[in-house]
Amino acid sequence: MQEHIVIIGNGISGVTTARHIRKASDKKITIISSETDYFFSRTALMYVYMGHMKYEHTKPYEDYFWKKNRIDLKRAFVKNVDHQNKQLHLSGGEQMSYDKLVLAVGSKPNKFGWPGENLNGVQGLYSKQDLDLLEKNAPNNETCKRAVVVGGGLIGIEMVEMLLTRDIPVTFLVREHSFWNSVLPEGESAMLNRHIKSHHVDLRLGVNLESIQGDAQGNVTSIIIKETGEEIACDVVGLTAGVTPNVDFLKNSGIGIGRGVKVNPMLETNIKDIYAIGDCAEQHEGINGRRPIEAVWYTGRMMGEALAQTLTGNPTPYNPGHWFNSAKFMDIEYQTYGWVFAKPKAGNTHFHWIHKDDDKCITIEMEETSRTFLGINNFDIRLRHELLDKWLTEGRSTDYVLEHLKDANFDPEFYKHYESEILEAYNKAYGTSIVPKKKSWKRIFA
Amino acid sequence: MKTIKIIGLIIFLTGMAIWTGALFMGEFSLTQEQLDSFIEEKGIKSELLAKTLEEEVVGETFGTFGFSSAIRGALTDNNVYYDEQIAKYDAAKEWDKKGAQYQYRINNGDFQAFTFNLAKKAGTGFVRENPGLMWILTFGLGILGALMFIFPNLVLLGQPGIKNDHIYHNSATNRGWIAWLVLIYLVAFYLVLYFYSDYVVNWTFILDPISRALNGGDASQWFVYGFMYCVIMITMAVRMYIKYRHNKYQIVRTTSVLFFQIVFAFLIPEIMSSLGKPGYDFKNAFPLDYDFFFEWNLNTLTASGGLGIFILVWGIVLTLVIVPVMVYFFGKRWYCSWVCGCGGLAETLGDPYRQHSNKTMKAWKLERWLIHSVLVFSLVMTLVTLYCYFTGAQAFLGINTNWIKDTYSFLIGAWFAGVIGTGFYPIFGNRVWCRFGCPLAAYLGFVQRFKSRFRITTNGGQCISCGNCSTYCEQGIDVRAYAQKGENIVRSSCVGCGICSAVCPRGVLKLENGPEKGRINPTQVLLGNDVDLMDYVNNEQHSA
Repeated sequence: MQEHIVIIGNGISGVTTARHIRKASDKKITIISSETDYFFSRTALMYVYMGHMKYEHTKPYEDYFWKKNRIDLKRAFVKNVDHQNKQLHLSGGEQMSYDKLVLAVGSKPNKFGWPGENLNGVQGLYSKQDLDLLEKNAPNNETCKRAVVVGGGLIGIEMVEMLLTRDIPVTFLVREHSFWNSVLPEGESAMLNRHIKSHHVDLRLGVNLESIQGDAQGNVTSIIIKETGEEIACDVVGLTAGVTPNVDFLKNSGIGIGRGVKVNPMLETNIKDIYAIGDCAEQHEGINGRRPIEAVWYTGRMMGEALAQTLTGNPTPYNPGHWFNSAKFMDIEYQTYGWVFAKPKAGNTHFHWIHKDDDKCITIEMEETSRTFLGINNFDIRLRHELLDKWLTEGRSTDYVLEHLKDANFDPEFYKHYESEILEAYNKAYGTSIVPKKKSWKRIFA
Repeated sequence: MKTIKIIGLIIFLTGMAIWTGALFMGEFSLTQEQLDSFIEEKGIKSELLAKTLEEEVVGETFGTFGFSSAIRGALTDNNVYYDEQIAKYDAAKEWDKKGAQYQYRINNGDFQAFTFNLAKKAGTGFVRENPGLMWILTFGLGILGALMFIFPNLVLLGQPGIKNDHIYHNSATNRGWIAWLVLIYLVAFYLVLYFYSDYVVNWTFILDPISRALNGGDASQWFVYGFMYCVIMITMAVRMYIKYRHNKYQIVRTTSVLFFQIVFAFLIPEIMSSLGKPGYDFKNAFPLDYDFFFEWNLNTLTASGGLGIFILVWGIVLTLVIVPVMVYFFGKRWYCSWVCGCGGLAETLGDPYRQHSNKTMKAWKLERWLIHSVLVFSLVMTLVTLYCYFTGAQAFLGINTNWIKDTYSFLIGAWFAGVIGTGFYPIFGNRVWCRFGCPLAAYLGFVQRFKSRFRITTNGGQCISCGNCSTYCEQGIDVRAYAQKGENIVRSSCVGCGICSAVCPRGVLKLENGPEKGRINPTQVLLGNDVDLMDYVNNEQHSA
């Protein structure tokens, strides 16, 4: 009898685990989800609302894939985990036993106890159900005459972009005095403020939500801003002030819970044979300077890759390499490699370059004295992941990185290049006289 | 702005209505002199046919379809009579007399041209008398309306960037009723163009002046088609320029296909024929140019002196040397989405439909069977044709040369490349022919897959599996399947349109011509995770 591995959650972490277990073994695998029958890309939900894609297109694997790879899919909600008997209690009274259990249950949108946060028309944007709800709440600008989006993070700006495609006027409440400036350096954040406003978004910086008002039927009618007391009439309120691990159902299970499911670097919980990965996992201590909870697509996938090794006889800690991430802010793409903090860490400094068109910029964080390259944020210039990763590993200096920046350019052919302009600004700032090297395939593959 | 769009649409549809309506306008009445001169020109020997036409057509007045059916009826009657004669002499074993009857028959395949040419003489009425005005009312209104529909996008699409909003909310681009109507119109257009060109004589009247100015002769249905092709590509290229104005690759590529269509496919051949030379499209490579080695073409080329020989050599060098060498350096994109006319139409008129290509594994399997079968078919046909050309035989390997040429022209040339290839754009996507049928694409695909520097590089671990790339791949490649594995895309069918890279929101894909080493790079664990783990897993894979 093959060992039965049950994975709760069919997002990127759970599915990656299942796929890699199957590659390396013949174990029985079951994925349980209450959200959808099949795995889909959560990050693509916005494109369905905007009409770029249909929901079908967000599924990375054809439906036959699962059967062919003997990954059983179970549509159910897990109410309870009974680890003593290794049993799951499912909605509908069904039970399922497991030998190993992987918790990959993701997150849910934050609510901070705002008055009116449960009114009709108030919603987050995380799940397939949220997408369906938004389609119902904001199909057009007649049903939804104005929307207010609360929370200036990545989901917030996506939701703003989505609503704009239906010609719905949007008020965007951001607690910080500049968009996402807890993560982005000032120059970048300021550029994004201007970009958001140029899309005719009513961007309100440095304000908090006081309350949400509703009518007798329980529908949203307006919101009130704490700082000014201003009331803004609206039909939809998007709550996008971050996410929290979706672990309420585990509260009394005996599995160690903090904000998320507590795990060690082996992704093990306090209970033997139960593991947690992805958005819902909380490291006792952040690994390699990372946060204890990483609710990012890539880290979910990486944890899945590592855990699958462990479960198939190759014990492997989750040991992510250099940080990287990406996003898109309306028309501006963003990538980051290594660490660039909103304010340079002690002993570090930032080099910032912005293009005169106000839609491209980079920021490099480096050690102040040695100018060792620590990380780069690049906006609307694509960079080659492999090369940046290599330079970080090799501990290259920023001088070296900028000298060879053409190697790292990943923009489509015929695009205008900015390496010389960037280097000019750098030379000026640091009194160097570096000359850019021509792109070399040899170095790229070295 | 939206009002301008709507007015533009109305003007465009008016132009289309007049264009379509033009087919039903005017009258056809053949005079005795016209008939006599036609019979003399064409060397028609059947007195029966001449007599029937004289009695039933001359002096009468018909509409477009009435005229066609009268002529086609006379041709059928003529053949029925001589078939009876043949059968009679055959039964009587009078071989000489039997053999003499064939010259009076008209090949069924020639009915179309026969009728078309007579209609071209016999046509009268408003369209023929006012080609300039009709041009303005059809092409003029169509272009004006289309541009009025397209230009407001400069404002409506907002800031430069990928704007695929509402593609799946719109009936025209989401296989709704508009898409089906467009499909029916396009299919009907191609059926008429290929099989009932005698119905479109009125269209040729509209373009007669332009044709005479370019090549000295009246317009044929192929001139109409070529002219329309250019006009549609130019108009829809404007749409491309606006939609992808932030993307220089798309702009350069669109300009390139436009240039090759207008100059190489249209102007140069027209000018050559005005000089009494064979009109040749210098970019049209065998086996897409499937009749290059047909007897009539070889005869024409060898009979037209130095230029003909040059074309013959050029055509062979193009296929055997230039095409593969260029594919080695740049991938098949240099041809399929930078030069080719079929590709050019697909990338302009077809761009709104690119998302409809089928991405399933089943479709991929069908694609491989179908496209390679067509390649084999075209090669066998050419082999038979050349053997028969040089030996004078009628058949090779038991295959009759005329039969195989006719079958290929009908099935592949007309139905697959035309009716299905373009007619089905709105439902099956814009590259049906290029993906499933084009024998040249199959040949380029082999080179691209096995010996080329071209690939679409995946950017390490940055893919979020969103699926924009796969959705908008016109060739039905599941780009995401590679990207999410961190694997470069090396596929024989990729035409390098660059749209996957354009629509990617995270900067994951880049079309590149790089060293062959490491071009195909299957990985297990993606970049970003622990380096030792990657080594472990990837080594494991190599040793396995």
